[in-house]
Amino acid sequence: MKPAPFAYLRPTTLEEALAALAGEQGAKVLAGGQSLVPLLSMRLAAPSMLVDVNGLPDLDHVHCDPSGVRIGALARHAHVLGSVEAAEVQPLLALALSHVAHPTIRNRGTTVGSIVHADAAAEMPMVLRLLEGSVDVMSVRGRRTIPAAELFAGPLESTLAHDELAVEAFFPALPAGAGVAFQEIARRHGDYALVGVAALVETDGDEVTRARVGFVSVSDVPVVVDVTHALDAPATAALAELDPAEDIHATAAYRAHLVSVLTPRVVAAATDHARSRAREVSPA
Amino acid sequence: MTSEKLHDVRLHVNGSVHEVRVPARRLLSDALRHDCGLTGTHVGCEHGVCGACTILVDGAPVRSCLMFAVSAVDAEITTVEGLTEADGSLSPVQQAFSDCHGLQCGFCTPGFLTTITAGLRDNPDPSEDEAREMIAGNLCRCTGYQNIVKSVLRASQIQGGTKGEMQGEIQEERG
Amino acid sequence: MTTKLFGTKVPRVEDQRFLRGQGRYVDDLLTDDPRLLHSAVLRSPHAHARILDIDVSDVLDVEGVLAVWTWEDLTGPMAEPLPLLIPHPTLTHGRTQYALAKDEVNYVGEAIAFVVAVDRYVAEDAVSRIRVDYEHLEPVVGIAAARAATRTVHDDVPDNVGARMEQENGDARAAIAAAPHTLTLELDVERSACTPMEGRGTVARWDPDTSRLTVWSSTQTSTGVRGCVAAKLGLDLAKVDVITPDVGGGFGVKINHPWPEELLVPLAAMTLGRPVKFTEDRREHFISSAHERAQQHHVEVGFDDDGRLLGLDVEFWHDHGAYTPYGLIVPIITSTQLLGPYKPQNYRVVFESLYTNTVIVTPYRGAGRPQGCFVMERTMDAIAAYLGKDRTEVRSTNFIQPDEFPFEHGLVFQDGRELTYDSGDYPASLVKLKELVGWDEFEDFRAEMAAQGRRVGIGLACYVEGTGVGPYEGAHVHIETSGRVKVATGLTTQGQGHQTAFAQIVADTLGVRFEDVEITTGDTRKMPYAVGTFASRAAVMSGSAIHLAALRAKEKALRIAAEALEASEDDLEIADGVVSVRGTDTSVDLGTVAVLSNPLRYAFDEASKAATQFSVGDPGKPPVAEDDEPGLEGKDFYSPERSTFASGMHAVIVETDPDTAEITILKYAVVHDCGHLINPMIVEGQIHGGVAQGVGGALYERMAYDESGQLLNASFMDFLMPYVTEVPTTIDIDHLETPSPLNPLGIKGAGEAGVIPSAAVFAAAIEDAEGFPIAAMPISPSELFALRLAHADTPAEAIAEETR
Repeated sequence: MKPAPFAYLRPTTLEEALAALAGEQGAKVLAGGQSLVPLLSMRLAAPSMLVDVNGLPDLDHVHCDPSGVRIGALARHAHVLGSVEAAEVQPLLALALSHVAHPTIRNRGTTVGSIVHADAAAEMPMVLRLLEGSVDVMSVRGRRTIPAAELFAGPLESTLAHDELAVEAFFPALPAGAGVAFQEIARRHGDYALVGVAALVETDGDEVTRARVGFVSVSDVPVVVDVTHALDAPATAALAELDPAEDIHATAAYRAHLVSVLTPRVVAAATDHARSRAREVSPA
Repeated sequence: MTSEKLHDVRLHVNGSVHEVRVPARRLLSDALRHDCGLTGTHVGCEHGVCGACTILVDGAPVRSCLMFAVSAVDAEITTVEGLTEADGSLSPVQQAFSDCHGLQCGFCTPGFLTTITAGLRDNPDPSEDEAREMIAGNLCRCTGYQNIVKSVLRASQIQGGTKGEMQGEIQEERG
Repeated sequence: MTTKLFGTKVPRVEDQRFLRGQGRYVDDLLTDDPRLLHSAVLRSPHAHARILDIDVSDVLDVEGVLAVWTWEDLTGPMAEPLPLLIPHPTLTHGRTQYALAKDEVNYVGEAIAFVVAVDRYVAEDAVSRIRVDYEHLEPVVGIAAARAATRTVHDDVPDNVGARMEQENGDARAAIAAAPHTLTLELDVERSACTPMEGRGTVARWDPDTSRLTVWSSTQTSTGVRGCVAAKLGLDLAKVDVITPDVGGGFGVKINHPWPEELLVPLAAMTLGRPVKFTEDRREHFISSAHERAQQHHVEVGFDDDGRLLGLDVEFWHDHGAYTPYGLIVPIITSTQLLGPYKPQNYRVVFESLYTNTVIVTPYRGAGRPQGCFVMERTMDAIAAYLGKDRTEVRSTNFIQPDEFPFEHGLVFQDGRELTYDSGDYPASLVKLKELVGWDEFEDFRAEMAAQGRRVGIGLACYVEGTGVGPYEGAHVHIETSGRVKVATGLTTQGQGHQTAFAQIVADTLGVRFEDVEITTGDTRKMPYAVGTFASRAAVMSGSAIHLAALRAKEKALRIAAEALEASEDDLEIADGVVSVRGTDTSVDLGTVAVLSNPLRYAFDEASKAATQFSVGDPGKPPVAEDDEPGLEGKDFYSPERSTFASGMHAVIVETDPDTAEITILKYAVVHDCGHLINPMIVEGQIHGGVAQGVGGALYERMAYDESGQLLNASFMDFLMPYVTEVPTTIDIDHLETPSPLNPLGIKGAGEAGVIPSAAVFAAAIEDAEGFPIAAMPISPSELFALRLAHADTPAEAIAEETR
């Protein structure tokens, strides 16, 4: 299990990195490498060149402001998870990140890298999608923002062009009167989830004005279902739009069952969270 | 096939500098073991699941099988060989493993030792559950983990923590 | 006398090197030798295919590649099939693979070509450039397909049956027919594997100056590897040394030998004149080492109103994979050890050992016993359920009683000897277990949990394990003039702490300081006659041999010291390495006695100088007497009549989540009897590890083959070995010590025991929680969910119930 040969470049400027990506059709970006390196070692991927962005300046930031959290391409999961400010601005980040593999992997793996790896079994692509965030990408052609809804093209496939480098992910702040929750069931602690469910619920007084649920590991792209009008039976609404697959760890029926167990729990928890935040903001 | 380009890489390991000449694809685990001769870091799966190859990169536990040597140029690396005290005695974590029979075949042990060393720096006085959480990403096939959890608490106690009382029993029994 | 070390928790001496990163495992060796070469193997991507052509023409162009071998390049014994190590008369259709496939491949992972290059990266590049033309054949995957035999693995084994074996004591079928009650059970266990953290590995170096081949291998038998390397490469045994360095776990898989690479690496080293290394990677370990466990059982049992077994008739099918290099050891053990602590009055067992196009099957910790225990204990639980009796009561009714030892089962065991239990006390074990787990209080606990909407269950399982299987082990004890004691035994060690446990025995037997004893294992240069480490035999066999050899060394030391001190041997004692006349201050160091044992006495050290004050030997006789030899040494072999039989009982309390079907362990209790304990800390460590491996086997691990014979989970990502988060937070252990009368130390083996009852005990507890039978293991939440649906009255109600 050793990688096939590849050319290697460790640019020190963004321009250099983008030029390299533009000049080499088969180049891949190496950031944390926690998903990429096993693929290389198993020879399931064999890029002609790796552009190692770990030497680039100013990409390891976690910037928080009232609008949301901006996470640079080199910010490790552990860094984001450790940010108290980020957890305040968007609590779902920490809730989900604590389920991303194990701490040792989180020390190296990057949140942006995980998102553009576009694994529907991973937590962060779904979270970005649920929160309606976006990713900023750069190439020699310039910079553009890809909304999460347009980011995921298929299994392990994003809509980034081969010469584009994801430089920053943006997770919108949790609005006032909104709440989030996350639960997942995995075979072993730290494994990819059999099913993971996150909810974002927005309230106005006692009324739930919007409720959306995101799912991990039930489809081949990160999927979000709007259950605003199905609060009595959110799982039924979700299952109408999901087509869980069977693998060696779970049958499709069991996955569907877990969706039906977790969805109402997570929606209820997010609703409670929204209400408790509302109470904190305006104590009666 | 044309010959593969080699990179001159300067690795900072356990306070020493190792100059190695490796292809870009050389895994850091292989560079440490075969180029630097630091065979204490073991390779159990080469896909980042078992944790046997865990080293400290700038103080944080990282899988050395998921990094390339060429990417480690700016890092300060600590391997199991670097955990021992300057006078050659065992570090508190190493000593705790000996006290508590926290190892059998010893193959996964270096990854546990590095992980726990960093873990106790962040949380010097872990509860039993926190001790479990600390080692939750490392596989061991011999010990059933029972004595590794005890070792974490014992190491904490050696370092001055308070929650290792349960170890008193082991020490007494040994007389 | 110094403090007795036998029976105490002595910290392990091997820990010092392991903790400092100074262990030496095979892949650590020769890393600083610039001449060292590395190898990689082209493995079959197909489960069943004919090889039409292999084209290696592109390979030697790869810079850094030195050589490539296919079967056509092999000559002499190397071109013959690998040995069938343990033939058996009923193994009528035994087959083994070639070191490199000839004409046909029979499992994904079978070795086809061997490449040697400057490093492993380049070797893998080269492997990827070998082109093979295959003619695809239909694969046989799983026991059902093998039994159906619409397709065959080997053309000349038309029904896929490698062996059919039957044993009977009494007339089981007649007894069942006449019994007041009968039950029939269909039971399944799936494939799993040892998966030690270190895979296989071999390094070889040919030394042209001395004409010797040195092989280091991560094996459980260095003498075995030595024998086959010599035979296959056509070398005199005397020219081959095999050394087993530190081994990163074995659990059985490393007892099989020779692996193709164990022969190809030495062949390459001799051919190329440079040292060569093979280090198996994790994927290779999954697809080219060995698996175990897969069996299907059909049980018929007849019993009386008390649950007493009147007749037990078991028919089972054992999946042995594509080849049978290790013979029938696993199914023979299942068929005999299934009986556990019970004495059915009539027992018949028949098994068929079947070919499938999957990885070979050789012993995995427990070696067929986990399946046997599962079958017997499921049967006990079924009887209890049928009669409405407490599960412990039915077991008690059937226990062999303490006054019935030695107990003869009337069957032949794996070693070809009568299955005769040496000692045990099963009723006492059960009393301890019930106490430890809180058996009698469980219904209160169940009610308390039910009130909280929680679902719990309790199960127990009992086993008896034949340990310390022969034929022999030996030991050599050498007391140096420094007083330090060098001990060699031939079997290998994989982390069990043999260097510590054996040193405890030597220190006690000889009367020397523990620190002065150094144990060497698995080095054919030091002890060329040995068997290996398997069947929980190391402590029993080598421990006893070491004890006997130390007694011989002691005997000689006392004889020489008596002469030197002009005292009677009976008045002498040895403590802390000093021989003294009891009650006096007259003494001599053992080191000095060692000098005196050798008439050649150059005074090159203090001990030699000290020895000159004594005169030993009759000046009128030759310096070395006819029946003596120079040196203070002792050598002996231990070869018992038959195995010892350890036993134990496990109980577990599980919680099953009513909504998600997740299974959580609340309490795990073990009562363990391995005779006298040499080092209780080490024995408990073995139990902990066994239990964890058992949890894996019961709840997480399986080999997921698809119907085309591809292993879908050949990685640690998908083969779910437990982390700390999956094992019980505590394991409550109580010991019983019924000594074995068969060896001088009264010990029995302890290595495998922890894993044996796992499938049985978890099945019992989950069944107790859920209220429907659990007949197949392992079990995942997804499978438990499916069983709940199947056992619900109607599917619609079931779904409503499950999703409420």
